[in-house]
Amino acid sequence: MSSITKPPIRHPSLQKNALGLSKQDYEGGMSTLCAGCGHDSVTAALIQAFWELDLPPHRAAKMSGIGCSSKTTGYFMKQSHGFNSVHGRMPSVTSGANAANRDLTYIGVSGDGDSLSIGLGQMAHAIRRNVNMLYVLENNGVYGLTKGQFSASADVGSKSKKGEANEQNPIDPLLLALTLGATFVARSFSGDKQQLIPIIKAGLAHHGFALIDIISPCVSFNDHEGSTKSYAHTRAQSVELVEADFVPLRREIRLPAQHPAVSVVKLHDGSSVCLRATDGSYDPNDRDTAYQHVRACQSRGEVATGLLFVDEAARDLHDMNRTVATPLAELPFEVLCPGKGALDTLMARYR
Amino acid sequence: MPPTDVANPRYYHKVVDCQWACPAHTNVPQYLRLIGLGRYDDSYLLNRQSNVFPGILGRTCDRPCEPACRRGRVDEKPVAICRLKRVAADLRGDITDRLPKAPAQKNGKRVALIGAGPSSLTVANDLLPLGYDVTIYERHTKPGGLMRFNIPAFRLPEQVLDEECGYIVDMGATMKYGTTVDSMKALIAEGYDAVYVGSGAPRGKDLEIPGRWDAPAILTGMEWLSSVHFGHVQKIDKRVIIIGVGNTAMDCCRTSLRLGATDVKVVARRSREFFKASPWELEDAEHEGVQIIENHAPKQFVIENGRLVGMEFERLQWSTVDGRQKSTVLDTVVIPCDAVILAIGQDNAFPWIERDLGIEFSDTQMPVVDKVTHQSSRPGVYFGGDAAWGPQNIIWAVEHGHQAAISIHLHCWGRDVTARPAPGMTLVSAKLGLHAWSYNNDYNPSPRATMQHEALVRRFESMNVEVELGFTPEQSAREVERCLNCDLETHFAADLCIECDACVDVCPTSCLTITQNHSPVDELRQRLSAPALNATQEIYVSTLLPQTKRVMVKDEDVCLHCGLCADRCPTAAWDMRQFDLLKPYAGVEHR
Repeated sequence: MSSITKPPIRHPSLQKNALGLSKQDYEGGMSTLCAGCGHDSVTAALIQAFWELDLPPHRAAKMSGIGCSSKTTGYFMKQSHGFNSVHGRMPSVTSGANAANRDLTYIGVSGDGDSLSIGLGQMAHAIRRNVNMLYVLENNGVYGLTKGQFSASADVGSKSKKGEANEQNPIDPLLLALTLGATFVARSFSGDKQQLIPIIKAGLAHHGFALIDIISPCVSFNDHEGSTKSYAHTRAQSVELVEADFVPLRREIRLPAQHPAVSVVKLHDGSSVCLRATDGSYDPNDRDTAYQHVRACQSRGEVATGLLFVDEAARDLHDMNRTVATPLAELPFEVLCPGKGALDTLMARYR
Repeated sequence: MPPTDVANPRYYHKVVDCQWACPAHTNVPQYLRLIGLGRYDDSYLLNRQSNVFPGILGRTCDRPCEPACRRGRVDEKPVAICRLKRVAADLRGDITDRLPKAPAQKNGKRVALIGAGPSSLTVANDLLPLGYDVTIYERHTKPGGLMRFNIPAFRLPEQVLDEECGYIVDMGATMKYGTTVDSMKALIAEGYDAVYVGSGAPRGKDLEIPGRWDAPAILTGMEWLSSVHFGHVQKIDKRVIIIGVGNTAMDCCRTSLRLGATDVKVVARRSREFFKASPWELEDAEHEGVQIIENHAPKQFVIENGRLVGMEFERLQWSTVDGRQKSTVLDTVVIPCDAVILAIGQDNAFPWIERDLGIEFSDTQMPVVDKVTHQSSRPGVYFGGDAAWGPQNIIWAVEHGHQAAISIHLHCWGRDVTARPAPGMTLVSAKLGLHAWSYNNDYNPSPRATMQHEALVRRFESMNVEVELGFTPEQSAREVERCLNCDLETHFAADLCIECDACVDVCPTSCLTITQNHSPVDELRQRLSAPALNATQEIYVSTLLPQTKRVMVKDEDVCLHCGLCADRCPTAAWDMRQFDLLKPYAGVEHR
């Protein structure tokens, strides 16, 4: 909560994007999260990315479930479409929305509880189907809304605010996604916008399911000493495996001469992402390397960050179902629903 | 860039733009808040500590605070500070028992003040409560100086002047009215411990062009305004030309309209952006039907049969050559008129100060006066107000008085006048609880209040009809809410910061940035959340933040002091703290 809403005054040197919108136009309501919540920083990074990409707010849909994380869709792009679903069902609702209207940009915001506990099955199948969406997983390792119980992403040995250590194995969303065939897998930190913003932009431009696991500290229940998802711990332990630089379509790509390790991935919309492995041997296009690296970091107690794996050749939900290019929502009724005669003809084929 | 030193009162003082711009450093935000609360007495007394004449200045001040006001940078128009000051003065109750008083036991030091204008009265105001025996020499029969004789009553009612001068005189100053000081030597011989010259710049400048002395209807503004004040002049002819476009010219043209003139023109050599008159005075004059003519240089008076019939002007065109304004004459025109009033400036004159007293004078016959101490080359003799460095406005005269009083006090007790007491500050947290602050931190989008004026037909009935009617209590309460409370400082404790970005993200005006501190300030200003392009405004740089060794940077330019950064800070690294400048005065560290 805040004592007041944001005054409508802006700095005179703030700029507008190609749509003539300022960053303010991508903002939403005032956050009611705890002061210092990592989720608010993720919101700010999303706003910055939307603004930089000239994303028209009325062509986007914000999807969420239940939890602190799922409240945040109210805090950006107040002019967009949106759906706040029941707990854990955001991936299914988004799949349906995407099936009906493939032309919108889908931004799903979820948390470790919403995605890795109650909604685990939902998320798994959205990954399998390669639903074209940005999937932001705001990961703080606790159930903040119910006062700080360990969540499914809490690391073994991580201590609760009262001092008890977690003994159950965590679910790592990146490893899970890699095994399920995810085509865009990244991890970042709410406290590092320099890394986070280009990854969000690349995820939005990716054709398929783009998962970004964002360590987003819970300032009320998981920012103490002994926590493995605190601001201080994440800063100390994060290892940037791949540095990503998003290059929009209209900008020329210039590769630094001294860096043969830079690989350029062309994204669906024509823009590109330049990936530079900070560790020379890392190949962000190889699913097995990605898996091994994340596991290796995990065993060393490190947090692997960056855009870890991307496969732009994979087919998404619509490609696999061979749907028409026109969004179903825009098809004339007669085409979408050809009537009883057509149904009878179809049924006759199975008799 | 080195970290900002906020322990030095200078930094936070500069953030309070109005207080910084005011020569007397009046605590504007606090007295405005008191007006908003209806605490007019408290507001008046706070105001009086520094500017001594709130009722007078609330009507006549040149308002250096208003162009500086931060509100003007975020919302076009600044807070109507000056006229709010008047509200406190108009609506106050009897505050006489709360005014400083002179002790019964005097301290044995005698001080002579020459002239009873604003600067001398300020010296008296500061020295009388310390037990000084203060004698004021005034050639007229009432105190006030230029404020009384040159500011017409339709702008400043006599009763306001009487009251505020009276507060000081009644503290026990010995008033020698109707006494002209003809000899400094004789005055010093009377054995005063210190002498203060606050005699103003009482002579209107003259214009020596052909015809100047050939007709009686050519007047100088200051003398003419005084004559009107004393009732020696009660009417003027129909067509009047005023030469000059300062505030005296504005008073002359509007006074002319009240004495029977119907066709009044103010003629200026240059174009409007160079006019010295305050914009609101120009506005009022034009509203009353005064015509303002630009780019006309006086050439000669046109006299026929010993009578003034017109004035000839050269029409000028101005251009910029090598960064300097140059004029070329287009042609000449004659503007017919019955009277001309010269209002082209004021001169000082010190024929009464003997040149062998050790009081050094410059080539231009102005005394050599120290800018800080106000001391002349003869210790014990001080100058202030317009007498020191030529004409300035009233609020500068008041500040001169305060500074000279400090020097006189130091001098009288044998201390070094250059060893001035340093200003201090208090910084008190405004936090009352979770999301509760001791001030109203929300932004009020109201437009600047407009002043109600007396109807034009009523105005010209007599000289004493005050034109501005003042703000109503409702109007002033709303106008106070426009103030951004710049004295509620954003105070940062770097060691508490966990770099969660909450403040950076929530700041409505993108003032905050967490970044590396590795480049010169000009480059740093460019790479902030919003480039800090207003170089007159400071940027704050913190010490190194604990986790990443980056720094917090704040651009002060358009900070709304809304407190959202402190509201959203999980560790109270940001706090809103009320800044109070502790300004030293004679004999007191601060008050």
